[in-house]
Amino acid sequence: MALLQMRRIYIYALKKDRKQILELLQRRGVVEVRSLLKEDRVFSKSDVSVAEQSLEKNISLAKESLEILNNYVKEDKSLLSALAGREELPVEAYDSFKEKYKPTIDIAKRIIELSKIIAENKAEIFRLDTQIEILTPWVNLDIPLSFKGTNHTTGFIGTLPKPWTMEEIYEKLADYMPLNVDIISSTKEQTCIFILCTNNNKDKVYEILREMEFTLPSLTIDKSPTEQLSLLEKQIGEAKDRIDAAIDEMESYDKVRNDIKFLLDYETMRLEKYEVIGTLLQSKNVFIITGFIPDKDIKALEEELTLRFDVAVETAEPRKKDDVPILYKNNGFSEPLEGIVNSYSPPGKSERDPTMVMSLFYYALFGLMLSDAGYGFIIAAACAFGLIKFRKTIEKPMKNTLKMYMFCGIATVFWGIVFSSYFGDIFDVVAKTFFGVTDLPIIPPLWFYPVEKPMLMLTFAFAIGIIHLLTGLGMKGYQLAKQKDYKGIIYDVVFWFILLIGGVINLLSMKMVTDVLSIEVNIPDKVVSVAGILAVISAVGIILTNGRESKNPFKRILKGLYSLYGISGYLSDVLSYSRLLALGLATGVIGTVINQMAAMTAGGILGPVFFIIIVIVGHALNLGINALGAYVHTNRLQYVEFFGKFYEGGGKVFKPFGINTKYYKIKESTEYGNIK
Amino acid sequence: MEILNDYGIVLALAGAVLAALIPGIASAKAVSMGGIAGAGVITEDPSQFGKVLILQLLPGTQGIYGLLISFITLSQIGVLGGSGDISFVKGALYFAACLPIIIVGYTSAIKQANASVASIGVVAKRPDQFGKAMIFPAMVETYAILALLISILAITNVSGINI
Repeated sequence: MALLQMRRIYIYALKKDRKQILELLQRRGVVEVRSLLKEDRVFSKSDVSVAEQSLEKNISLAKESLEILNNYVKEDKSLLSALAGREELPVEAYDSFKEKYKPTIDIAKRIIELSKIIAENKAEIFRLDTQIEILTPWVNLDIPLSFKGTNHTTGFIGTLPKPWTMEEIYEKLADYMPLNVDIISSTKEQTCIFILCTNNNKDKVYEILREMEFTLPSLTIDKSPTEQLSLLEKQIGEAKDRIDAAIDEMESYDKVRNDIKFLLDYETMRLEKYEVIGTLLQSKNVFIITGFIPDKDIKALEEELTLRFDVAVETAEPRKKDDVPILYKNNGFSEPLEGIVNSYSPPGKSERDPTMVMSLFYYALFGLMLSDAGYGFIIAAACAFGLIKFRKTIEKPMKNTLKMYMFCGIATVFWGIVFSSYFGDIFDVVAKTFFGVTDLPIIPPLWFYPVEKPMLMLTFAFAIGIIHLLTGLGMKGYQLAKQKDYKGIIYDVVFWFILLIGGVINLLSMKMVTDVLSIEVNIPDKVVSVAGILAVISAVGIILTNGRESKNPFKRILKGLYSLYGISGYLSDVLSYSRLLALGLATGVIGTVINQMAAMTAGGILGPVFFIIIVIVGHALNLGINALGAYVHTNRLQYVEFFGKFYEGGGKVFKPFGINTKYYKIKESTEYGNIK
Repeated sequence: MEILNDYGIVLALAGAVLAALIPGIASAKAVSMGGIAGAGVITEDPSQFGKVLILQLLPGTQGIYGLLISFITLSQIGVLGGSGDISFVKGALYFAACLPIIIVGYTSAIKQANASVASIGVVAKRPDQFGKAMIFPAMVETYAILALLISILAITNVSGINI
């Protein structure tokens, strides 16, 4: 339960060493750069926006070309590769990349160009295909579509809607003989015709044709349709060849994929460096880096810097108004939950890190809600497999996620054994259906079946809730103690503690309550009355003190009364823990139902096959939906009920100047520089 | 009254069926609302799929709670094997016991979907705020869980009442 101590750091160095020093700092990844000094006449910040823009352009170039490359040439990736983390490269790879830099950018540009060529040619093929479609009905015409006639004749080439027969057309045009009608092709939608008439009749013929809704073809080509068709086919062939060539070339770039990835990382690193340069104070020959550094890293960094460069390193306590970044320090058990705290909000000023205390409850609550040994085992085993298989390369955030679910899974196994739930009641069902065992249950619960005694389970859930809430209240006391607000401890924590515990003791002494909860409690009468008196005294204390920020005594009492009303909040908070029962039952009962359905199909030769299929699919679904529910509601209990008692957050996570790349990492970088 | 007793099982079964039906309908509607909002986010930023999916699924639980109540009722009244001999009053009691999850399940799923859709909007703009965005719909679900709880307690205890 701790945060690392941070100090301000000032590094004064010569400009000629700037590149080396920055690269060293970037690889060490232990300093969060912040502007802590003001600009003056000698020292000022330089404008790096031009350099940044060109780097950003290269980054998006690399991203785009990688995306295109992935579309055309699939990368060999296993499903689990997301766990594998970034590949490690020695520093030399970074330094020697300069030679490859230019050609890689050219290839990236070429890849984008190729994708444009492919797109253009695809559009061309589409255009040509449409032309072919238009021309196909005219294939039997042996003159060009643009034919208008000879010296003495006029030709009409076009289409009529709907099918027409030769006779019908002749009938319409009978008055203007001599003329010749050819039906080139005829379908349900249209009839393609060629009509040749003498010049003196051409206007009248045209008029009649127009009445028949004659339309000219949308293409006018000087070649005969057959010739034109073969030309189009040839053009399509050429376009296809161009696409194939482009794809072939694209495939040849498969081997530079890694270079482009490195380019992306390289430019990302440089961009980050330039962003830092933009915040540095620089004079003609000197520059100053300011920021925050964890106390424990100061010595090593200072030694390394002074050994290699002419620098002066100075550190100082953070000032009161400093927005000091947060860096957690937790043991392996609590560390995975830092992410959960972060997604609420990192600890604010003068707050303690709640991760450790939270971890005591988090895994247990998750386990109670899922509460099935089978499901827990699957989750824990899958996570453990990932952790072991990729133990060398796995990235920290992924490692923490897997660890978190592994602990959640282990807790689930524990509660599953306590309440005897193994994939619902799979052992009993299998034993009964396939082996005719009647001596059930095979594995009795360590404690009891929640389905049989839901009220006992509910009481247990409430008890856990009360412990959780009181721990939250205790955390508040701890925080107040750290702030040396001892009055606050008595008024805001001790009074409430006594009131709540006194209240619970009094409730438990009532027969009605114990009947409802179906438990037996024997509390001596004296204890009950003492608890009652203490609770009343605390209530009065709360009324008198909890409005203490108001000077006006009347207002103060009213505010105190309102605070006391907050006890209803505790009531609803405790009731909220009933979800432990509801979600736990949901998992168990649905699991049982799946087994029942599977058992119904178990007769016959194929029975066991159906049984296995139903069991696997059903439990996979049940596991998925209930694990989601357990995760969401565990978070809710932590965020709303637990954090609500003492924690506000509002801090900022330590973001060191480091190597935040996507595909590769440089070997020397240290632990916190590797956030994806 | 004697004749009515034949219909006890009908009332009880009606409760069980409605418990699966009504919250199921609501959850289907609610999840589709989330899906529609989520699909919009995915077109912009496919990497948010996991987060959006969780938010979409949150209001889907009411349907499962309804199903759960339905199963418990069916097994208690003997439809899933056993005798279906239930008096009219008992049938009515089972029906009443199903009501919390039927009614609250329906409304809370729809309302939770509204919160989910809003949270999906949060994830679209600020993916880093997923933890907080997830809590808003989860707050609504509390009431479905409370209703589920009362339904479970009522149904499991009705069989003990000697009517």
